[in-house]
Amino acid sequence: MTTQELRKERIDRGIKVRSDGLYALMSWREMAYLALPRLILIGGMLSLPLLMPGVYWQRVISIVCIYAILALSFDFLAHYVGLVSLGGAFFIGTGGYIAGILNSYFGVPPILTVPLAAVIGGVVCTILLFPCLPLKGVYFAIVTLMYPLFMARIIEAFDIFGGTDGILGIDSFSSAFVEQYFIVAMLLIFVFGIRRMVNTDMGLIFTAVMDNDQAVKASGISITKYKSLAVFIASGMGCLAGACLTHIYMWTGISQFALDFSILPIAATVIGGSGTLVGPLLGCLILVPVSELLRDFGTLRIVFYASLLVGFILFKSEGLMVFGQRKYEQFERWKGI
Amino acid sequence: MTQPILRMQNVSKVFGGVKALSDVTVDVFPGDVLGIIGPNGSGKTTIVNNITGFIKPTSGKIFFKDKDITGMAPHKIADMGVTRTFQVMRPYYSLPAYKNLVIPLFSPRAKRTGGWRGGGRLGDRATVAVDILEEIGFERDSNIPFKPTSSLPTGYLKRLELARCLSLKPEVIICDEVFSGLSMSEIASMVPLIERLHAEGITIVMIEHRLRELFQVANRVMVMNFGEKLIEGTSDEVMADAKVKEAYFGSEKIEEVMTYA
Repeated sequence: MTTQELRKERIDRGIKVRSDGLYALMSWREMAYLALPRLILIGGMLSLPLLMPGVYWQRVISIVCIYAILALSFDFLAHYVGLVSLGGAFFIGTGGYIAGILNSYFGVPPILTVPLAAVIGGVVCTILLFPCLPLKGVYFAIVTLMYPLFMARIIEAFDIFGGTDGILGIDSFSSAFVEQYFIVAMLLIFVFGIRRMVNTDMGLIFTAVMDNDQAVKASGISITKYKSLAVFIASGMGCLAGACLTHIYMWTGISQFALDFSILPIAATVIGGSGTLVGPLLGCLILVPVSELLRDFGTLRIVFYASLLVGFILFKSEGLMVFGQRKYEQFERWKGI
Repeated sequence: MTQPILRMQNVSKVFGGVKALSDVTVDVFPGDVLGIIGPNGSGKTTIVNNITGFIKPTSGKIFFKDKDITGMAPHKIADMGVTRTFQVMRPYYSLPAYKNLVIPLFSPRAKRTGGWRGGGRLGDRATVAVDILEEIGFERDSNIPFKPTSSLPTGYLKRLELARCLSLKPEVIICDEVFSGLSMSEIASMVPLIERLHAEGITIVMIEHRLRELFQVANRVMVMNFGEKLIEGTSDEVMADAKVKEAYFGSEKIEEVMTYA
């Protein structure tokens, strides 16, 4: 084929062209073109726990998913609502402590603590962040960064909930299998759920608030209501991840308010592609295992880790997912009409 | 005399040391087209911001149909049917044009009223949005309603501002310089649109610098200068007034100016 023909074909083959109408139903190939990336994601995530050698790496997968849920909540808040949140650690810590308290003080089983922690934690985080909602961009980021530090110091100073030791002896999930598949399933549900939600009419309001909050006010819609709803969704996800983390480690403590939980999701989002919602998951799949592999190098770990980040930012600043999606949409040899 | 639909009573607004509005009182009656003119910085946009709740007046009261709306949140005022356009257009640039209207159509007021033409029933929001856009001058056959908002020219963006008001099924539209930045032909097509909205019973307050077009549609005109209301009346009365001439063209007596210099 000549270059010209190839070019013409490429123009016609955008995934948009296919999915915007009923074209996708034209043939099996068309449907496969749309469905395959999603199926690979679902299949890949579900098979990961089986493919991993040994208990240690299976545990790493759970941690990857926890970070991925956090990164997803960051990506949603930052690129669909316009609130740059550094509160990942706040969400994890709140969710973790709620699950820990419910389980060890009240004897609630993990199957109930996790959803309860998500809902109660979401409400608590939303109420605490409510006064900051008029802030935007970097100002919101600074305030949300303050919260996890604040919570950790309060627990330390008042010596509540086990103080610096944390709460020990929390029940774990009934088996490693349940643990991994529960977290993987939640992650997949959140990824596809959020993707679906941002395209509904209500999801558009979030985008509108990010674009232009004055115009949303002039449209007779309360922006505070929608911002708090978005914060509730994001913090609920974060708290669910925190609750899972508590049950995995069978312990909750102030190190759950560590800033790793705020920073790593952002790095993962940058690497994976911001605003794609799947990108953060991809970023976590790279960053967390790499950070585990580099454990052998001791403190040099940070150097390798930082070089990896810098490399990504320099050479693929758009993010893997954005790059991959563009290439996939240009993919030529799929279909012969 | 009928009850005024909008009433500003001795409204003042002070920004730090600057008095942006002092003691402005004005009544807008149902079916009015009130024009507000005045030199730059005379407080015209501040009036709009005060009425629609985007800023709170320092003193004075604002009433909508006898209900005190002073200092209410902007979305609540919009919910009652007092809508505004922005002088600097504020569309959602990352959305296609028609999705800009899905947002106001999602508001509680649109759900109650069903949008501009809806009789209390709202269908599919995207369809309603395209219908409204067509009525306001977006050609349906073209793909303009579906284009990214960032690629639209100013004329369409101004119409989009109006369309946002219309999708709330407003009782009052306050237009903040809808003609500014438009070409002569675009203005010429905008005037009938305003007239049509007026004919449908929507009360309109227009802030404008383009006097010829404004006088075509407005039945009353108010002149502002340095935050004060100079005069209110028909266009002929206003243009004949000496104070207005002075505000716009400076003092008539050249000797007086020379003595100050």
